[in-house]
Amino acid sequence: MRSNTYIKLNALLAVIIVFLIAAISARASEPLGKRIVLDNGMVLLLSEKHSLPMVTISMAIRAGDMVEPAGKPGLASLTASLLTQGTTKRTASQISSEIDFIGGALGVSAGDDFASASLGVLAKDLRTGLDLLSDVLMHPAFDQKEIDRKVKATLASIQQQKEEPEVIAGDAFAKAVFGEHPYGRTNDDVAGYLPNATRQDIVEFHTRRYGPNNCIIAVVGDVTEKGITALLNEYFKGWKAAERNDPAHAAPPEIAKVTVLKMEKTITQANIAVGQVGISRENPDFYAVVVMNYILGGGGFSSRLMDNIRDNRGLAYDVHSSFAPQKEPGAFRVWTQTKSETANEAIDETFKELHRIRKEPVGDKELADAKAYLTGSFPLRMDTYAKIAGMLTNIELYGLGADYPQRYPELINAVTRDDVLRVARKYIDPEHMVIVVLGDQGKIKLKY
Amino acid sequence: MRNDKNRVWMNHVRSLLLASLLIAIVAVEASAQDLKVTERVLPNGLKVLLREEHKSPVVTFQIWYKVGSRNERLGRTGISHLLEHMMFKGAKKYGPKQFSQTVQRNGGNDNAFTGKDYTAYFENFAADRLEIAMDLESDRMQNLLLDDKEFLSERDVVKEERRMRTEDDPSSAMSEQMMATAFSAHPYQWPVIGWMADIGNITRDDLEKHYRTYYAPNNAAIVVAGDFDSTKVLALVEKYFGRVPRGTEVPKVGAVEPAQMGEKRVIVKREAELPVVYAGYKAPNLANKDSFALNVLQGILSAGKSSRLYRALVYEKQIALYAGGEYNDVSADPNLFTLYAGVMPGKSVDEVEKALYAEIERFKTEPVTDEELQKAKNQAEASFIMSQDSVFYQAMLLGQFETVASWKYLETYLDNIRAVTKEDVRRVARQYFGEDNRTVGILLPVKGK
Repeated sequence: MRSNTYIKLNALLAVIIVFLIAAISARASEPLGKRIVLDNGMVLLLSEKHSLPMVTISMAIRAGDMVEPAGKPGLASLTASLLTQGTTKRTASQISSEIDFIGGALGVSAGDDFASASLGVLAKDLRTGLDLLSDVLMHPAFDQKEIDRKVKATLASIQQQKEEPEVIAGDAFAKAVFGEHPYGRTNDDVAGYLPNATRQDIVEFHTRRYGPNNCIIAVVGDVTEKGITALLNEYFKGWKAAERNDPAHAAPPEIAKVTVLKMEKTITQANIAVGQVGISRENPDFYAVVVMNYILGGGGFSSRLMDNIRDNRGLAYDVHSSFAPQKEPGAFRVWTQTKSETANEAIDETFKELHRIRKEPVGDKELADAKAYLTGSFPLRMDTYAKIAGMLTNIELYGLGADYPQRYPELINAVTRDDVLRVARKYIDPEHMVIVVLGDQGKIKLKY
Repeated sequence: MRNDKNRVWMNHVRSLLLASLLIAIVAVEASAQDLKVTERVLPNGLKVLLREEHKSPVVTFQIWYKVGSRNERLGRTGISHLLEHMMFKGAKKYGPKQFSQTVQRNGGNDNAFTGKDYTAYFENFAADRLEIAMDLESDRMQNLLLDDKEFLSERDVVKEERRMRTEDDPSSAMSEQMMATAFSAHPYQWPVIGWMADIGNITRDDLEKHYRTYYAPNNAAIVVAGDFDSTKVLALVEKYFGRVPRGTEVPKVGAVEPAQMGEKRVIVKREAELPVVYAGYKAPNLANKDSFALNVLQGILSAGKSSRLYRALVYEKQIALYAGGEYNDVSADPNLFTLYAGVMPGKSVDEVEKALYAEIERFKTEPVTDEELQKAKNQAEASFIMSQDSVFYQAMLLGQFETVASWKYLETYLDNIRAVTKEDVRRVARQYFGEDNRTVGILLPVKGK
């Protein structure tokens, strides 16, 4: 493949990509979905689509890493992964047999801010799907044998991931930037806690965090408002409310000066991460940052980092920059991989670009092209049921307003060259960055 | 193949295919399904497949060239993939850097990928920008610049890509060796990205020759799916591509892998954490009637957590971190059906290998259950309906099937799957999953190598 940039962006930053919505298409004048509050307080976001006999459901539950109790990193993921491993009325095997038999998909996982539950079924199997979904969310059994099995598998997976340079370098970067803040959680942290996880920990976390008042359910597909509302009220009836207060957590550390982490691994490439804490989704500079980052390194072959480091110098296959605007500020990170011998050059050029975008305003054409992409690619962000569900969820999570798709073009087009310069200077601070370089240090001969 | 990050270019396609392998169309009982594809062939040999889908105002424009690593020679492997990279480095009308930038400023996304049997390019746009894709693609179909400086730097990029995907990835490195061992007399033996030394030996003139030989309308298919009007689009295709001259006839790949007459094994020792086992069996492709039973077998073996391999090796015995089976039937020439597993810490390769074979043996000795058979068929139906949610994906399927054989196989796929019996599954298990027909690749972790 010529470039996995787009795929990687999607995989890493699904939430962020959804934010890059823009422009008006003929259909965007219709509301994207309807917001309905169910009997138990759960927020339903509904988009009826009748061209295919299928239903896509995705839920966001405030049960991610951010609300883990102190000293229990990995509890959120463990809990999420155990929900499908048995309930009070079904064994793990029965759950998998039932969903597989109808050719459906059911999964629960936890991320930084939220846990996600997803269900994909044909319309004719909606009842079966909802029966399963509500059962796993509301009545998990947390059988000790299943816990042991899952812990063992997770530890093995963590071990296997030590082969993967991106994971090693990524974890080291996250830890250096975030410290004890939950966004700095690493595989090692999780491996340290999991063998000590008790059933009690899991049950408590589930009881405290999983509840209708803590969750959004987006439904896209072949349903009617009346029908789906009735079904959801039926299947999620009696679900107890969850706690909404978040536990306190550490703030990210101050990075007093450029901090370099050299890590040794006998591989042919240097895996390089450069960055610092970025912005949250709720920061009003979000739109200017999106434009700025597109120009710097988020816009694929239209971006400066790609143009310089890959297209002109042939140093890397993948080079890009990203912000992670979540509930709290996620990382700003430049990522690249290049053979050991050219690591220094790649870092040199990265810093040149970081300095350049802070020094001079971007060009008029660069700015116009960035806006044209961000606004013009809107229909592509909403062309599958899953994407629509994701967008509805984010509009709700961040209070963006039901008319957000219509307003987005203005928000992007209002960004000026001065705005881009201002946010580059404010949020990119080369004097206070973390640099992680993983590779064969003997060949890299790092000069940083 | 297991690949957490789905980074391997072919595995993007293959894992999409895995989901789509069991595709079908739900329709009233009929002997074949109407995919609503308009098919044309221009006088210069260019095939055009159009599928209208109006549920979203988007369109995907794809062009599939019938050239991949299958068409290469040892010593110059990776040339099709490098040429794919060069296709973005400037043509007559749209010079260096202009291709992707033009797409993006029109709100589109573009990319490309190379496989063993094809090289494909795509642009995804809002529906009103379709014509731009045609302008861009028709320009580089005929007038690629292949600038010397651009070539040298892009060749370096491809080397970095290989380092990222294979040199620094123990499982990929083993998988590459497994393929090289499985195929003795056929181009499928070498990786799509090419051997590292070969990449370094490719010259600009090699690329020009490859381009002139294979990038011709008579060796290509255009696939368009999404929100457009077929009559208008056909006229546009005519306008942009109609005058590209037909190329000379493309050389045939005459290689035939002889029947395998005994197990082959290859060990790869690398710094890694956990062992991995792959067992690839020579298997027919989609043009063979046995492929449907093999697809059903694959579903029962590997689809979902209730599948045989997951349940036995991962869940119950806990000897594998992951386990599955992948059937590569969408292939121009016969390829492999591969069983694979990651070995859990403290467990032995031998134990896991034996467990894989024990599962496949069951298919030979006992008929599958009614429920399992029905499940596989249900998964096929559901998967296809759900795959219609994405026009990009619909076009990908059409392009792949058309390039390796014919898109028409998609129309009869569901009926063929529906017709598979328990006896069919047992028969193909016995026929294709013999020890003498398999190649085993093993990754053995060693420290400090």
